[in-house]
Amino acid sequence: MLRHALHRIALAVPVLFGVLVIGFLLMQIVPTDPATVRAGPTATQEVVAAIRAELGLDQPIWVQFGLYLWRLAHGDLGVSIINNVPVTQELGATIGPTVELMLASLVWSIPTGIFLGTIAAYWRGSILDRTIMAVSVAGVSVPVFFLGLVLIWFAGFQWQLLPFTGREGPLWSWEGIRAIILPAITLGGVLVGPVARMTRTAVVDTLSADHVRTARAKGLNERLVVLRHALRNALIPVVTLIGLQIGFLLGGAVVTETIFSWPGVGRLAVGAILSADFPMAQGTIIVLSAGFILVNLIVDLLYAVLDPRVRQS
Amino acid sequence: MSEPLLRIEGLRTVFRTSGGDVPAVDGVSLEVHRGRTLGIVGESGCGKSVLSLSVMRLVAHPGRIAAGRVMLGERDLASLSMAEMRQVRGRDIAMIFQEPMTSLNPVHSVGFQITEAIRAHDPRASNAELRNRGIEALKRVRIPSPERRFDEYPHQLSGGMRQRVMIAMALACSPKLLIADEPTTALDVTVQAQILDLLRELQAETGMAIILITHDLGVIAEMADEVAVMYSGKVVERTNARALFEDPQHPYTLGLLGSIPRLDEDRENLLAIRGTVPPPFNLPPGCRFNPRCPFAIEACRAEIPPLRSIIPGHEVACICAPVEASVAA
Repeated sequence: MLRHALHRIALAVPVLFGVLVIGFLLMQIVPTDPATVRAGPTATQEVVAAIRAELGLDQPIWVQFGLYLWRLAHGDLGVSIINNVPVTQELGATIGPTVELMLASLVWSIPTGIFLGTIAAYWRGSILDRTIMAVSVAGVSVPVFFLGLVLIWFAGFQWQLLPFTGREGPLWSWEGIRAIILPAITLGGVLVGPVARMTRTAVVDTLSADHVRTARAKGLNERLVVLRHALRNALIPVVTLIGLQIGFLLGGAVVTETIFSWPGVGRLAVGAILSADFPMAQGTIIVLSAGFILVNLIVDLLYAVLDPRVRQS
Repeated sequence: MSEPLLRIEGLRTVFRTSGGDVPAVDGVSLEVHRGRTLGIVGESGCGKSVLSLSVMRLVAHPGRIAAGRVMLGERDLASLSMAEMRQVRGRDIAMIFQEPMTSLNPVHSVGFQITEAIRAHDPRASNAELRNRGIEALKRVRIPSPERRFDEYPHQLSGGMRQRVMIAMALACSPKLLIADEPTTALDVTVQAQILDLLRELQAETGMAIILITHDLGVIAEMADEVAVMYSGKVVERTNARALFEDPQHPYTLGLLGSIPRLDEDRENLLAIRGTVPPPFNLPPGCRFNPRCPFAIEACRAEIPPLRSIIPGHEVACICAPVEASVAA
């Protein structure tokens, strides 16, 4: 188990390095010159040249990359071109709300998807199954922004049930919980369909497995047969899918945070890109990518928990 | 002979298809006695596995028992509720399957899977007691270092060991009847012999009855007291094991025996049976074996021959029986 974990962590390192390289190169290939943006439209050539020297942009590219890594190693992601605030400080303030939103989305959508997929598989071919699958397809097809806008329009605006702009407090306060409901439904909503469909397929597979017949032959009741012997085994592919979907969920977080004015990394990223705030954009990309790598690492470790064959190989 | 432990009467199991109900088991009657082994032999697709699953009420949708009774003592298993049937499974009748590889759940330890069977019928057993009984069950099937094996997973065991675990699990609640569906087919020959020896020893220890399903007449010769030969969903010959090998009566049985190579005979070619088992949705008129039968006459195509006693304890479903000894040889 420990060896598996260390192995996975070691594998995550080069991926993270790749992310850093891409984060760096992205900023190199954009057509806008950061020094010009920073200096402002009225600056003289000398000022631009001075800023370029200050940012190290006149150095050869590999020196710049070395400098970038050196700063990164010291927790320095540069300062915002727009408001001169250190990028790390902005990220530090926004990462909490994003993690909050992600967790609030996952905590309801994954159990719901697994539950719906399991009952659809158990009663496969029934009206219930077909209804769940139809709703899942619809769920997969609805874009995040549309679901968000519909919720804002009805639940937030027309019926005045829940707040829909911003984070109104920490998650342990009543206001905080009320404010996170609509964004969490929006963001989690995209996950329910894929999880339900994957769970259904996997559970249909395991329900016809020999070991499920063995479980019934032992005299186990149907609840145990389904939970312990069908769903338990089906979770392995479902967890894989969830790991992959969380990548999309990060993208969804950018949209969700924007339409609900949620003060998270996603909204910060959109703002930074729109205002050509390169260091900030680079910082958000690195953080979001690192988040994705972390989630996949967790998924890899979950495999070992779920499947003894992985644990002992 | 005493009252049978299990009596199957006119059992008919059908599968629903778009073209109507197709019988996989068609009017089978059999008996199993305490401490005895009933062998059921036949080719793939003859309905022997569906028969065994029918006894356990484990036939998967769209299959169902359409007629007949499965009497375990005074109770008809075919008419029990699912909750009542669960009490029978594992406690009165246990089952082991062909593929020990896939019949065990790969994600649970063997100990968990054995104790789960015990707990299903004894919910009040403590964890310590369950563990002891689980290790005891592993000991009974002669698994070395059972304390260590208890916590291992199926993929860490060999095929023979896995089948031993299956047997340990099946016998954990001391069932009166063990149904073994091709228990040795997936195993190496040497391991096969060990598993068969083990089953015989356990039968002698516990006095349980065994229904042994196989396509292998060698296994039948080694294990069975009584034998039923199945063909196309029906029992075509039923007698004791000795009589089956010494005086086979049904042409199909003759064909099965003829397709075993024997060292003591100098035969150029094996007597293979022509053709294949007819699919259950396209059965020939009359005796279902008639298109493949070397002795078939016109009357064979007219109606299905009933199983009838030709000498006491020997029943055959063939209008030509008893056949001359000269033809059999």
